[in-house]
Amino acid sequence: MTEYQQLTWQGLWKNNAALVQLLGLCPLLAVTSSVVNALGLGIATTLVLIGSNCTVSLVRNLVPNEIRIPVFVLVIATFVTIVELLMNAYTFSLYQALGIFIPLIVTNCAIIGRAEAYASKNPLKQSAYDGFIMGMGFLLVLVLLGSMRELLGNGTLFDGMHLLLGDWAKAMKLVIFETDSPFLLAILPPGAFLGMGLLIALKNVLNQRVENAVMGAQQEKIVSRARVTSES
Amino acid sequence: MKLSLSSSPHLTQKRTTSEIMRLVMLFAVPGIAVQTWFFGYGVLINIAIAGIVAVITEAVILELRKKNFELAIKDSSALLTALLLGISIPPFAPWWMTVIGAFFAIAIAKQLYGGLGFNLFNPAMTAYVVLLISFPVQMTAWAPVMELSQINHNLTDALSLTFTGYTTEGYSVVQLRTNIDGFTMATPLDEMKNLLNKGFTLSEITFTNLFIESGNLAAGFGKGWFWVNIAFLVGGFLLLQFNLINWHLPVGMLAGLGLPALLWYLVSPDTQISPLLHLFSGGTMLGAFFIITDPVTAATSNKGRLIFGFGVGLLVFIIRSFGGYPDAIAFSVLLMNMCVPVIDYYTRPRTYGYTQAKPVKAKKKQGGDK
Repeated sequence: MTEYQQLTWQGLWKNNAALVQLLGLCPLLAVTSSVVNALGLGIATTLVLIGSNCTVSLVRNLVPNEIRIPVFVLVIATFVTIVELLMNAYTFSLYQALGIFIPLIVTNCAIIGRAEAYASKNPLKQSAYDGFIMGMGFLLVLVLLGSMRELLGNGTLFDGMHLLLGDWAKAMKLVIFETDSPFLLAILPPGAFLGMGLLIALKNVLNQRVENAVMGAQQEKIVSRARVTSES
Repeated sequence: MKLSLSSSPHLTQKRTTSEIMRLVMLFAVPGIAVQTWFFGYGVLINIAIAGIVAVITEAVILELRKKNFELAIKDSSALLTALLLGISIPPFAPWWMTVIGAFFAIAIAKQLYGGLGFNLFNPAMTAYVVLLISFPVQMTAWAPVMELSQINHNLTDALSLTFTGYTTEGYSVVQLRTNIDGFTMATPLDEMKNLLNKGFTLSEITFTNLFIESGNLAAGFGKGWFWVNIAFLVGGFLLLQFNLINWHLPVGMLAGLGLPALLWYLVSPDTQISPLLHLFSGGTMLGAFFIITDPVTAATSNKGRLIFGFGVGLLVFIIRSFGGYPDAIAFSVLLMNMCVPVIDYYTRPRTYGYTQAKPVKAKKKQGGDK
């Protein structure tokens, strides 16, 4: 596998920021009550990740090791401010809907985690790609959870997309079923925790299936004798 | 004293899980019967729907988990969960609510944690809370006792209400709950809470329509509710008599609810619900004898059971008196379920032959357990 393939595999599946590293759970659980919120926060996070990864990679040889964390945080905060101002200017309703969770991207551990673990050790191009693909992994989980909760809770999908994409997106709203009494649990925080748990479980099951399929073909079953008399 | 000549174990009677479950269900029958008498056939329909869904869900999931589902179905634990859920859900609740509740109880609250014996939270109460926070309107639409209702309803009406939302004559649950003067009637606890908040005194409230039952033992209690609670209390005594539950849990809970209620009542009798009303209204007796006595999710030692029960009772009192909900058995049970590991840790019984475990010894024992 080339470096880029490796990065893609790690970012989207093997080392997914949300499903495996469980980083950035606070915004993940809080804003995923609808697809549009999830998408908005996912895009914002991805932009910050790309920006911070690029910058950190560029200054990696200039920053003394002792103060690297404060420097990373400053870099991240700068990009978060940029994204926040941009959203304030162009997607104001979404900016209001996401509220505190846009500034809180600063504290998203996935971002500083990538800066520390990857961007501070690798050249610009790879770091930028790593930021992009890690952000994509995060975004996909956000959107998946958001659509699960919106579908279960309101029976709709892509409701309010015009907040993010402009007026033409009003037509994107899909009504799967009509209901007078929404399933509030899915929209409230417990639904986020339950949905997240189920997604992680699903990921683990798929992982096991794939590994079994790959390994099963390669390896014969090894018979080992278990000793039952002594402490294990 | 009768001496046994055989070698140990001296267990005279060994009940299987399924026998216990069935006996518990049997002893819930008086309560269910009285509830049906006062509130109509809704409760029976709820139990039937919940039972069917629970058993099917249990079978499907056990099949998926590659377990022996016949054996697990026969132990009736899913049925008991469904029974408790069916009793707790308001009569005439829409059918899909009961279905969601029963599915959630079995699939999420029970089987995802590992099935019977492994669940942390009481499945029936978890499902009840899920329904309560998801569908607050339907879950608080508890129809009044039949004699207060302006509209008579029978079994066909009950079925039609559950499945279509209207009786055969076209009345909805809301209309059933509406009094002749246009007020919607609530459960006694609800009504009491509202009126107390509005500044009425307790003695004024107990003269309203919902509470009057002249010349009767149940005067001053909510109509119907008193007898439902008495019936569950009778069932509870039978459970105790047949050694199906210990006295610690119910006594702990009734004390935890009754003592603070008595204290508050003595301090300010006109602004608080009386302790007797606390004990004989809402789901108190059902909770004390049938719900918190679930052997899986309650504390395991006798001392622990007393603490667990007391905690549940105290939480019920706090939420009923100061919280936003009129009744609180389900929330209290779930909150105390979370505390069970801590309670169990601090109430480990002394090992026979050892003196009271000291911290050092306890540590040693832990090492030996591994």
